[in-house]
Amino acid sequence: MSAPAETLHRARALDDIMDSVRRVGETTVLEFAADVDRNARFPTEAFDAIKRERLLSVFVPERFGGDGVSVSELCKICEQFGHYDGSVAMIYAMHQIQVACIVQNAADDAFFGQYLRKLCEDQLLLASATTEIDVGGDVRSSICAVNIEGDRFSLTKKAPVISYALDSDAIMVTCRSSENAPPGDQSVVLVKTGDHELEQIAGWDTMGFRGTCSSGFILSSTGAAEQVMPVPYARVLSKSMHPVSHLTWGSLWTGLAASAVEMARKTVREDARKQPDVAPVAALRLSEVNELLFSMRSGLNEVIAEYERLLALNTDTAFDDYGFSIRVNNAKIRCSEMMVDIIARAMNIVGISAYRNDSKKSLARHLRDAHGAALMVNNDRIRQHNATMQIAYKGR
Amino acid sequence: MHEKTVREILGEYSKLAVEMDTLSNDSDLYDAGLTSLTTVTVMLALEDAFDIEFEDHMLTRATFHSVNTLLAAIDELLAAQAA
Repeated sequence: MSAPAETLHRARALDDIMDSVRRVGETTVLEFAADVDRNARFPTEAFDAIKRERLLSVFVPERFGGDGVSVSELCKICEQFGHYDGSVAMIYAMHQIQVACIVQNAADDAFFGQYLRKLCEDQLLLASATTEIDVGGDVRSSICAVNIEGDRFSLTKKAPVISYALDSDAIMVTCRSSENAPPGDQSVVLVKTGDHELEQIAGWDTMGFRGTCSSGFILSSTGAAEQVMPVPYARVLSKSMHPVSHLTWGSLWTGLAASAVEMARKTVREDARKQPDVAPVAALRLSEVNELLFSMRSGLNEVIAEYERLLALNTDTAFDDYGFSIRVNNAKIRCSEMMVDIIARAMNIVGISAYRNDSKKSLARHLRDAHGAALMVNNDRIRQHNATMQIAYKGR
Repeated sequence: MHEKTVREILGEYSKLAVEMDTLSNDSDLYDAGLTSLTTVTVMLALEDAFDIEFEDHMLTRATFHSVNTLLAAIDELLAAQAA
């Protein structure tokens, strides 16, 4: 009997994937984190290593060549990256959000299925352009439109922010579904690097998350009409982009906060060794900050578990629920604000060496990164949405 | 009769990009510009007009999709009240 034509691809177990994450994180990511931060440049070395370890395709189902991890497993991976570098972890999460949008909404489509295969083979990095100049942060409204003529599309978007646009292999662009469509009738178009032109209109010199290179661009592209996702953006947003964004971000922020707490614990332990007869005051502070980390992680995990339950129902409408949307938003708001508090408390425990930029115990980058989380996708705008939904929601 | 009230409320509160009388009872209100925020104002106005309360599980795009889906939801709530 003849052998199978091709070697069957096998998905890795989560333990093996986590070993890869630690291998990349503890060596390359940590080694270059300070330089990436100083120069506000893309973490090239880290992503070369991430691609070598095939970590960009973990969420792609096994049948396309990925590892088919679950959302909660993906969140664990993001959390682990958060331990090493906020920028690398953010880019990694933003890529996985786009992967999830395709996997959960368009995997059965001929073009997007094939694209997932290619993503696994070539470890392609996906970016996104959701916000638009003159629209602001309201992702449910677009000015730009995709124009389809025959089997080709054309599209131009003024985006105030496209993270790592210049280092990505494709950009998922939100736009109106045709020139005549109302602002809320939106599609997502996969725009390939090589098919697009990017004119930079804003730079990225920020306090933190400096490696995400979230500059502004005017993006113009043409391509095949099949690159327009076969489902409306509204569905992609409620089922995938909204929950996966806030849950993967919350996870990596938990990792960032946890690494600051680890630094605090290390310091308390060293102090305890120096003065074995007295329990250091800092140990009490450590207990307190650990309680906060516990609450941050528990609240997040509750929503991750709820999301997995909804995904298991296998319907598209389950995600429209106001209660679920409110809880996803709560996870983002709480995690982003608790992270700042936790890192500040950890700095207090570690002391002056946490405040220094030139110390091995520096938490300066942690704190600068942390302040970005509440501002990027502004917490007050999310609260405004929650406030509106709270009026309608009866909580029964 | 309910249809007239629903259409009046949509015309007043939904801030659609088009006039209500250009839409059929099956037209997609979200395509016409209904948003999650305007959904809530529409819901509050409907609750007032019909003296009903939307159940949490009804607060979905499916319920607010069109005039007809709204009429079905209102009928369901009124029937549950009468029972």
